[in-house]
Amino acid sequence: MSLRLSTAPHIRSPKTTTRLMLNVLLALLPSAAAGVWYFGTRALMLLCVSTASAVVAEYLWQKLGRLPVRVGDLSAAVTGLILGLILPPTATWWMAVVGSVFAIIIVKQLFGGIGDNFLNPAMAARAVLLASWPARMTAYVTASRFGVDAVSTATPLARGAEGSYSYLELLLGNVPGTIGETCKLAILAGLLLLLLTRTVTWRIPVIMLGSTAFFSWILGFDPLYAVLSGGVLFAAAFMANDYATSPMSSRAQVVYAAGIGLITVVIRNYGSYPEGVTYAVLFMNILTPLLDRFMPHKIYGHQKVKEAKKA
Amino acid sequence: MKATFKRGVHLNYGSKEPTKHLHTRDFVSDTVQLIMSMHIGAPSEPCVKKGDLVKLGQVIGTPVGFLGIPVHASVSGEVVAVERIPYLMEEPVMAVTIRNDFLDEWTELHPLGSVESVDPAKIVPAIREAGICGMGGASFPTHVKLSLKSEQKCEMIIVNGAECETHLTCDHRLMLESPGRVVDGLRAAMRALNVKKGVIAIEDNKPDAIESMRCAANGRDGVSVRVLKTKYPQGGEKQLIEAVAKRQVPVKKLPIDVGVIVLNVGTCAAIADAVIDGKPLISRITTVTGCVRSPANLRLRIGTIAEDVIGACGGFSDTPGKIAFGGGMTGLCLPNIYMPMAKSTNGIVVYNEKDARSVEEGPCIRCGHCVAVCPIGLNPYQMKVAADADKLDMAEKLHVTDCILCGCCSYECPSRRWLTASFKIVKQKLAQRAKGGTAK
Repeated sequence: MSLRLSTAPHIRSPKTTTRLMLNVLLALLPSAAAGVWYFGTRALMLLCVSTASAVVAEYLWQKLGRLPVRVGDLSAAVTGLILGLILPPTATWWMAVVGSVFAIIIVKQLFGGIGDNFLNPAMAARAVLLASWPARMTAYVTASRFGVDAVSTATPLARGAEGSYSYLELLLGNVPGTIGETCKLAILAGLLLLLLTRTVTWRIPVIMLGSTAFFSWILGFDPLYAVLSGGVLFAAAFMANDYATSPMSSRAQVVYAAGIGLITVVIRNYGSYPEGVTYAVLFMNILTPLLDRFMPHKIYGHQKVKEAKKA
Repeated sequence: MKATFKRGVHLNYGSKEPTKHLHTRDFVSDTVQLIMSMHIGAPSEPCVKKGDLVKLGQVIGTPVGFLGIPVHASVSGEVVAVERIPYLMEEPVMAVTIRNDFLDEWTELHPLGSVESVDPAKIVPAIREAGICGMGGASFPTHVKLSLKSEQKCEMIIVNGAECETHLTCDHRLMLESPGRVVDGLRAAMRALNVKKGVIAIEDNKPDAIESMRCAANGRDGVSVRVLKTKYPQGGEKQLIEAVAKRQVPVKKLPIDVGVIVLNVGTCAAIADAVIDGKPLISRITTVTGCVRSPANLRLRIGTIAEDVIGACGGFSDTPGKIAFGGGMTGLCLPNIYMPMAKSTNGIVVYNEKDARSVEEGPCIRCGHCVAVCPIGLNPYQMKVAADADKLDMAEKLHVTDCILCGCCSYECPSRRWLTASFKIVKQKLAQRAKGGTAK
């Protein structure tokens, strides 16, 4: 009889990387379904193209670079699907491809692959698409299902648009916007799933939304409208709490999430872009290593020593 | 409100189910093998030789040094070997093997009488004479814990009934079956040090044990039961102090420096046996579970061989892949089934081949789960980078020396990284370097 020797622990949590990524994919499904429901087959096409090109890009990169092929961990699929969901329904198929390939190759793989990227890949790709094709990326249409209005209309975020949509319309997503960001109900369902499966913790999404509402209120805007319009809720549920690019210590997470809310509100109301969450998340992504470094968890038994020195 | 500590993990305690309702039964084997280093500190010196006849409870190993405690014959019979044997993954150790004559003839005992009447000054020496060390797993000599320097003052003794490990139910059963013994042991320790407050800390997943201990503590001055939230590693000494006394033990200090002493429930029961009956530590409850036909809580004589124990539980129910002394989070692996259990062996867990299969390490995805669960507040993912690169200084700066090897980070890591294992090695290397040895 040969017995295996190993150091403890002898048991492991059932949560593997693949399982966690699968949870995220499942949590994204309500938003994807809502997007297809509102924007039709074109949205479905964009989601498929972005997801597939992200997976293929990662596979080819790893295969050609003779790296271990890890597309099976589903992280590339998550990035691709998220990117698809933050594209406007009027985007072209090649924009989805460019975005996904940029996210996977430039943002993720060039910095070392899973876990080593310092920017959220999908968010960075959206920033690049926004800068490259600003008109196409902001040509929002109202949901085609409820009218043949294919002309671009003001998003709920355009200046002076506050109050032009009811809370219910915002919640259900019957408003112009990107494929996945409009239906807030679907996003909340996804977030709930992530929290229940303990895939993410409440801290970043809740504080980020709270901070957005708070700073909007301080500056004299409707806090609920601020949270329910634009991409804040989607970013809070699926992007700001991205593992690799958000801080790990709880104190740093609070500052990070609050910072995203503040920057979003400032860009929305005083910047030239209608939506600021993209740059807010990217900016705080860059600050993440610093936050983690200067706000680590207090180590057990080290506080007393400091007090003793002071005394 | 239920007390607890910061962070930690919520484990699945399904592995406790097979044994938690089983009454402890006795098992005595033909031979026992008593190793001389069952406690932390210098190994004891064997004082019997091959062919000697020994009585139950007779000293067969004399203590060496300040941390030393004696080893007693756990059966009566003939000494058949005094030799050096390989033990677990450590250096070979001296061991005395005794063939049982099943007469269970006790050596002369010196009981001190009831807890109320005993001379406080005699309690700690009696604990040392009885060869008692921490029975929760750390095996630190109990008399040393209870020997205070003049400037030290103990305000509170915490009895550790958390049993936060998976698989194990020995402490749970002890609290149900001999609650009076646990309280008497605690009261003896309190009397020895003139401590007015004794707290029995139990996690809320053992309501029957809480009830049982509450009844036993009822009417005993200063003794109370504290209910804790169920969370691992609540039973870690530092975490338990944080949960119950709301204070942290400073680095490189001992619990007594914050006025607290922690004793395991098993240790308390052993103290009661030593003080009231004068009986040395010769047996303990051990949970035998996993892939055995009939899992059980057994009262085993110290030094019972794992093979005999598994036989007493009906043998293997599946091809064994791994056997460990202790629970799923901190258990020590056995190289073969001929290893004897020791004073701190609270469980023997058999894993089948599937559960024993080595897991392949994936890349760190920086999910931060390890940081979120570390009860000490460390950054395991960074420490792992330092450990893999063999950068001892960097690891030290990241406070790897504060790591308690609880296993939370490894358990939680979705990439199945061997975090705790690396830290154990780094800590050993750092300790070696501090001693002046060469760190490779």
